[in-house]
Amino acid sequence: MTSVVVAGAGSIGSLLAAHLARVADVTVLTRREEHAAALREDGLRVSGRADFTARLGATADPAALPGGAELAILACKSTDLESLAARLEGTLAGATVMTIQNGLGAEEIVAAHGEWPLLSAVTFMSGTRHGDAHVEYVLDTATWVGPHRGTTEADARRVAELIQAGGLQAEAFPDLRPAQWSKLIFNATVNGVAALTGLPHDFHFAQTAELSDLGHLVRDLVDEGKAVAAAAGVELHDDPWEMNVLATQRGHRHFPSMLEDVEARRPTELELINGALVREAERHGVAVPLQTALYRLVKAREASYSE
Amino acid sequence: MVGCGAVGSLFAANLSLLEDVEVWAFDLNELHVAAINRDGLRLSGAGDVVGHPRATSDAAELPPCGFGIVATKAMHTDAAIAATAHAFADGCVATVQNGLGNEEALARHVERVIRGTTFPAGKLLGPGHVQWDVKGDTTFGPYDERTPLAEVERLADACTRAGMPAQAVEDARGPQWRKVIFNASTNPIGALTGLTHGRVCERPDLRALVTGLVDEGKAVAAAQGIELDADPEELIDHAARPDVAYDHKASMLQDVEARRETEVDYLNGGIVRFGRAGGVPTPLNAAIQALVKGREASWTQS
Repeated sequence: MTSVVVAGAGSIGSLLAAHLARVADVTVLTRREEHAAALREDGLRVSGRADFTARLGATADPAALPGGAELAILACKSTDLESLAARLEGTLAGATVMTIQNGLGAEEIVAAHGEWPLLSAVTFMSGTRHGDAHVEYVLDTATWVGPHRGTTEADARRVAELIQAGGLQAEAFPDLRPAQWSKLIFNATVNGVAALTGLPHDFHFAQTAELSDLGHLVRDLVDEGKAVAAAAGVELHDDPWEMNVLATQRGHRHFPSMLEDVEARRPTELELINGALVREAERHGVAVPLQTALYRLVKAREASYSE
Repeated sequence: MVGCGAVGSLFAANLSLLEDVEVWAFDLNELHVAAINRDGLRLSGAGDVVGHPRATSDAAELPPCGFGIVATKAMHTDAAIAATAHAFADGCVATVQNGLGNEEALARHVERVIRGTTFPAGKLLGPGHVQWDVKGDTTFGPYDERTPLAEVERLADACTRAGMPAQAVEDARGPQWRKVIFNASTNPIGALTGLTHGRVCERPDLRALVTGLVDEGKAVAAAQGIELDADPEELIDHAARPDVAYDHKASMLQDVEARRETEVDYLNGGIVRFGRAGGVPTPLNAAIQALVKGREASWTQS
C-alpha cells in the first residue's frame, strides 16, 4: 500500500486522512501529542456524507514519520504553513509534498524548506471538526490537483485517483493556476466581505436591486481580481462571480473561515489570500483600490484584537 | 428642540437659561422627558448647567415657535419634522445633525430651513442628565432664499449668548461638508475595524485609505462649487492627537458595538448620492457604505 503522510488535522486534513486510510497507509502529523494519541487510540471518525472510522497512525514528532512515505499532504491553515514546513525540514526524503492551502504562495513557502517534488492542490470540500478524532463531512465538492515543482500532470493524476479511491471527489489538471486563481478571487472577496460585515455567505452577496446593495461591491471586487488574473496571464477556470451566485443559492448559510477567525479573534488567512492578490496586482501594475481597502480593513481588524 | 438626546440637550439646557428665550424639548424618550420636567435638564463635564426647558413626547403640546433646532439621528429626521412641523408654520427650522440630506428632508415639511453644523458633543448618562464631552462652534446658514439671513443671525446670537458659540454665514455648506467628509472618512473605518480614531490614523495603510475617502468627498464638494472652510485632513490629524481624541471610539463604532442602526447612509451614502448627481465617481465611499450596511444586516440574521 502507498504510504501517505497528512500533516495538519483540521477539518480538511482530517477528511483527507480518514478517506485515504481506506486505500493507503496513513500517518497523521499533529501539533499536539494528545491529538495524535487520540487518533491512534480511537481512530478517526467521519460522519455526515460518509460514516466510518478510519484506523491510522499518528504522531506529533516529525522525526517519527515513516521513512518510506511517497506522498505528504500539508493540510494546515496557511497561517501555520511556515512553521509546519520548518518542522519538516530534513524529513520525508523521497516523498512528493502537496500543498492545499487557500490563496497563493503556499508552494513557495514549502519550497524554501526542502527539495521535495511539489504538487499544488485547491479544495472545495468542507467539513466541521467535532473533536480531535471526529470530523463531519459537509460539502462533497472536489479537490483539484496540479503539478508544481519537479512533478507532471501524471503525478497529479495518480494523487487525484488515490483521493477518489478513498471516496472523495478529485480531479487532476495540467496547470492548477486557472482553478487556483478562480478560488483565490472568490475567497479574497467572499472571506473579506464576510469578515468585515459579519454576514455568512448568503443572499446579500449576490443582491444588486438597490444601489447600496452588497452585490455591487462583491462584483466590483471580483472584477478587480479578474483584471489581475488577466494581467498575470491566467485564464480563469470558473468565473468567481458565478461561483459566488451559485454558492449563495445552495440554501445553507456557509460561515467563511475568515469570519469565524475574526469573531474568535484569531489571526486570519488574509496574507495568503487578499495579501497575495494585492501583491500580484502591484507586480502586474493593476490598480485594485477596493481589494486594497478590504485587505487593509481586515488587517486592521486583526490589530484591534489587542484593544 | 426636536430630538433632545446628547447634542439636543446641550442646546436645550443652555438656551433655557436665557431670559428672552422659552425652550420646549420634544423627545420620544418618555423617561428622559419626565426627568427633565421634574428635575430639570442637567449637563456636567465641559460645563455644569441645569436648564429648565419644557419637555414633551406629545408633538401636539408644542406651541407656535420662532425657531426649531432638529438634533435627532439623521434616519429619524423625516418622522420628527412630520410630527412637529405645525409648530414652525411661522418659524425657521435649523438642523444640527450629522450628514447630508437633513435640510432636504426638513424642507419637505417646513418653509424656512437653516443649515447647521455643530461640533459640541456629549452623551446621555441617564434620564435628564447629559455628559458634555467637548465644547465647540456651530455654524448656521440659510438653506435657500426663503430663509432670511437676519433670522439665522438671531438664532446664532441666542446660541452664542447661551454659551454655545455660533455664527451665521451666507453659505454654510463649507463647514457642513468638512464635517461630513471628516466623519465619513473616519467613523466607518473605526466601526469596521474596531479601532479608536488614533489607532486608525497611526496605521499608514489605513490612514491612506482615509485619505482616499477624503479625496472622493472633496471632489464631490468641489463639483458643487462648495469651498471647504478647512481641510478635513487637518481635522483628522488634530483629532488623532493623544490630548484630543486618540482614544475616542467613533459614534459609528459605538453604534456597531451596540448593534444600533448607523448614520452611514447620510455620511458615505450622502457623498455617493451627491457624487452620482454631479458625475463624480465615489467607489471607496460606496464600498464602505455597502460594508457597513452589510454589518447592520448581519444583526437581523438568526
